[in-house]
Amino acid sequence: MSLHTLSVAELSAGLARKDYSAVELTQHFLDRISLSNPVLNAYVTITAERALADARAADASRAAGTAGVLTGIPVAQKDIFCTDGIRTTCGSRMLDNFVAPYDSTVVERLSAAGTVLLGKTNMDEFAMGSSNETSWYGPVRNPWDHSKVPGGSSGGSAAVVAARLAPVATGTDTGGSIRQPAALVGISGIKPTYGRVSRYGMIAFASSLDQAGIMAPSAADCALFLQTIAGFDPRDSTSVDRPVADYAAELTTPVKGLRIGIVKEFFERGLEGPTGALVNAVLEQYRALGAELVEVSCPSLPLSVPTYYVVAPAECSSNLSRFDGVRFGHRCENPRDLMDLYKRSRGEGFGAEVKRRIMTGTYVLSAGYYDAYYLKAQKVRSLITAEFKAAFTKVDLLIGPTSPTPAFDLGAKVDDPITMYLNDIYTIGANLAGLPAMSIPCGFDGHLPVGVQLIGPHFGESRLLSAAHAYQSVTDFHRRIPAAYV
Amino acid sequence: MNQQSVDAGWEVVIGLEIHAQLATRSKIFSSSPTAYGAAPNSQANLVDLGYPGVLPVLNREAVRMAVKFGLATGSTIARRSVFARKNYFYPDLPKGYQISQYELPIVAKGTLDILLEDGSIKTIGITRAHLEEDAGKSTHEGLGAASGIDLNRAGTPLLEIVSEPDLRGAKEAVAYLKKIHTLVRYLEICDGNMQEGSFRCDANVSVRRFGAELGTRCEIKNVNSFRYVEKAINYEVVRQIDVLEGGGKIVQETRLYDSAKDETRPMRSKEEANDYRYFPDPDLLPVELAEDFIETVRATLPELPDEKADRFCSAYGLSRYDALVLTSGRDLADYYESVVRAAGGIPAAKLAANWVMGDFSGALNRDNLEVATARVSTDLLAGLLARIQDDTISGKIAKEVFESMWADGASADAVIEAKGLKQITDTGAIEAAIEAVMAANPGQLAEYRSGKDRLFGFFVGQTMKATAGKANPAQLNDLLKRMLAP
Amino acid sequence: MYKATCMIVKAFSPLPVPIMSLTRPQVEGIAHLARLQITEAELPVYVDSLSKILSFVEQLSAVDTGSVEPMAHPLEGESQRLRADDATETDRREKYQANAPSVSGALYIVPRVIE
Repeated sequence: MSLHTLSVAELSAGLARKDYSAVELTQHFLDRISLSNPVLNAYVTITAERALADARAADASRAAGTAGVLTGIPVAQKDIFCTDGIRTTCGSRMLDNFVAPYDSTVVERLSAAGTVLLGKTNMDEFAMGSSNETSWYGPVRNPWDHSKVPGGSSGGSAAVVAARLAPVATGTDTGGSIRQPAALVGISGIKPTYGRVSRYGMIAFASSLDQAGIMAPSAADCALFLQTIAGFDPRDSTSVDRPVADYAAELTTPVKGLRIGIVKEFFERGLEGPTGALVNAVLEQYRALGAELVEVSCPSLPLSVPTYYVVAPAECSSNLSRFDGVRFGHRCENPRDLMDLYKRSRGEGFGAEVKRRIMTGTYVLSAGYYDAYYLKAQKVRSLITAEFKAAFTKVDLLIGPTSPTPAFDLGAKVDDPITMYLNDIYTIGANLAGLPAMSIPCGFDGHLPVGVQLIGPHFGESRLLSAAHAYQSVTDFHRRIPAAYV
Repeated sequence: MNQQSVDAGWEVVIGLEIHAQLATRSKIFSSSPTAYGAAPNSQANLVDLGYPGVLPVLNREAVRMAVKFGLATGSTIARRSVFARKNYFYPDLPKGYQISQYELPIVAKGTLDILLEDGSIKTIGITRAHLEEDAGKSTHEGLGAASGIDLNRAGTPLLEIVSEPDLRGAKEAVAYLKKIHTLVRYLEICDGNMQEGSFRCDANVSVRRFGAELGTRCEIKNVNSFRYVEKAINYEVVRQIDVLEGGGKIVQETRLYDSAKDETRPMRSKEEANDYRYFPDPDLLPVELAEDFIETVRATLPELPDEKADRFCSAYGLSRYDALVLTSGRDLADYYESVVRAAGGIPAAKLAANWVMGDFSGALNRDNLEVATARVSTDLLAGLLARIQDDTISGKIAKEVFESMWADGASADAVIEAKGLKQITDTGAIEAAIEAVMAANPGQLAEYRSGKDRLFGFFVGQTMKATAGKANPAQLNDLLKRMLAP
Repeated sequence: MYKATCMIVKAFSPLPVPIMSLTRPQVEGIAHLARLQITEAELPVYVDSLSKILSFVEQLSAVDTGSVEPMAHPLEGESQRLRADDATETDRREKYQANAPSVSGALYIVPRVIE
């Protein structure tokens, strides 16, 4: 039985039955990583020693009778989460030598639950990108087709899960960085409600948009892990003090009678071809399951991309000012003076896309432009949010595509920022409004996976996961593994 | 105000920005200690250092202290205030931005009355007071072409108090500064230690012809004593008038005061106007203050300096000047009142005032002590006053007794006993002493009796000497007059 | 695939897209404010891409936002939590300074700061 084809629940049961030990399970994944990572480039750092130490601790815990559901389950952490004593690069030369002196809350909670850390995954630099091509450590390849991108910014985590180089991976989503790669590699990925998961220790890109989430083959896998990382953290002022539902227990809530909103603006001209057909098939599937499909309209949604590309760069331009070569991170050689230290350290440490966004952000916040750009964008954001809220008075969930296209060629869109930005057309709205959203696989365009997106109301993770689970109970796209990685 | 400048038709316009370090135990956004004088970088945690992934959490006490200040100055307390990022690069500013307040400060539109030299009262407007974090410190000692950064101070809470440009000269500015200084210490929100930098002042100075528009102002930064504030402003006023009278224009700039040369000069690093790109900090939520929070703070307000001074005037019959001196510090005022109570109440009020303002304060200053560590307690001082009032000792002898009390911690009675300083009030004994002096000085006696009145003092002195200063002065006077008479 | 994206661009940009053009000095000014060194060779590339991005977001200016309040964050109805004033952190200078590029006498060393 190939351990890497088992779900988290199955692995948990297997470990409990002692069919295999955590060490054996971990070694299984470490072997697969050694074999496949050189091609996929999905891991930046493989923490083999730490993984085996975690695994031994998990086995000991099991022997002592103190094991929990996730004890011994291997996990890959996106390299945006600080891991104490372990290099944390954020996909950037700026942090190439940075060893985090603390654990982020997400890492802390997963460690406390007994999971095994396999390594840190590759990502677009500072989470800015939709193809994992901006990483200092080179692009990640899509396990379904090595000439294609896996999506981004959580491209490494997506590839890791799709190629089963870990059963689960963490990701972050600011404009679609969990959902879009999940769709491009045919896995499930959930971005929770803003404030549901602590951002402490998660290197900030755009503070009012960033959220940590889970990437795994199925909604059921996501549920188990989300439950563990979610919840109030006093170290994060934007963390909400609200009880976490038992997502796993509520997975089987039936879809019958559920009102699902078809967002008109998502389906207007342009969604043609296989993606369109596949998404429509999902609608049919939900109807067959007893859901009621209703058309809703969010007329300001087409403005979500320009809104995002004012707000996110503005926040990131400020968040990235701390990278100055003084206390940590890259420092240029022989700085002539203070100005030189700043300009060269930052000029060398950051890649082009990051610099582009810092400069965009600096511009839109600068004197004379703040009202026209930043303030204006935040107003449009209010409009978009209000429209989503209105939609949720009529329906329980929203549905639409995740990505306009399946995975594209490596290098295809690198030159034109706008074309790249438009990959997030369907996903950005949920970030602007702070809504939970997930992508689940719904078929193939040729050999390339296609995903469908579900968006829920604030703190509607349970509803999202159970609706996704219902779909996954009658389909098997989430179980498909690329031939090279079976 | 500089009389010359008034004569020349120039009006001086000054606004003060005061940074008061709030006396909290921990920093405003982190739980690092705030104690002064610790080893470099021993009180700078990850949040203070601006490490990737860390987040700010607001200190309740800092908020309370700001509200306290607002209530004490009759200000509007914002029920909703917002923290904003002030973005600029400087090595002592780890995040590359300072968390401050911009459009919605916690306190606004207050007033403070100051006493002018001519005895009149002037009301100075307080535009706003807001919370922000302090930066670290840079040092150059022994580092050649480098600077060393200590971030212990980074993150200490500051209350920035901004006055309206209502001050019309250096003296008014100093009066206002001293009043704020007294107030923040009364409120126990700041220790006012200017040497340690916990109370700092920037002065915005401009001049204009009476009736004209506001002139261009210059900011004089970080002057750390009342005396230097006055000198710096005086220098700057003369400098600006000289420039304008010479046909030049004032360049808006930031200047430093050089106390050694008694001049202001431009600060090189702040030469270029900074675009701070303020925007609301997305890591912090708006601060919302409930009515009962504000009322709880109001209940902790002490009697304020002005109220106390008024009460001292009416209750103790003190002059305005004396009342102001005694209420310049809450400790001193409390000490005074305890002494009065212990010395029998109102009848002792004036005597107590003289002693507390005089010998007691003198001893504190000489030995560099605070009221809290004074070597003569209120009871002991009251005891001394009682001995003056009951004529056991004269006022002059009492000074000697006080010094012994201060040095040895003994009571007045113990010292009087030990040194045999009891005043001689026995008429017979004084008469005997006078007779002896008369007999020993026949020449002077004859001269006095023949009209040289001024020799009276000689006999007073001689008799005092003969009685080791213990003769009751009033009795001595009366008896001498009688006995010396021809 | 690219064509599909273009159609979506059109679908999602119903408002006319004005052209925003930044000048070289403007971009140099922004780079300076952001403390980013941009080489002579890179400058035109950034002028071009930044101009494109700003042109793209310019469509927001045509949106009627009337009396809508700007949204600073999605946590409506939540307000800032206040922390108790306890100094719980201990001295971990050595651990934190392990990442520092230049430290001497426990101070972070930088080129001379001129006052």
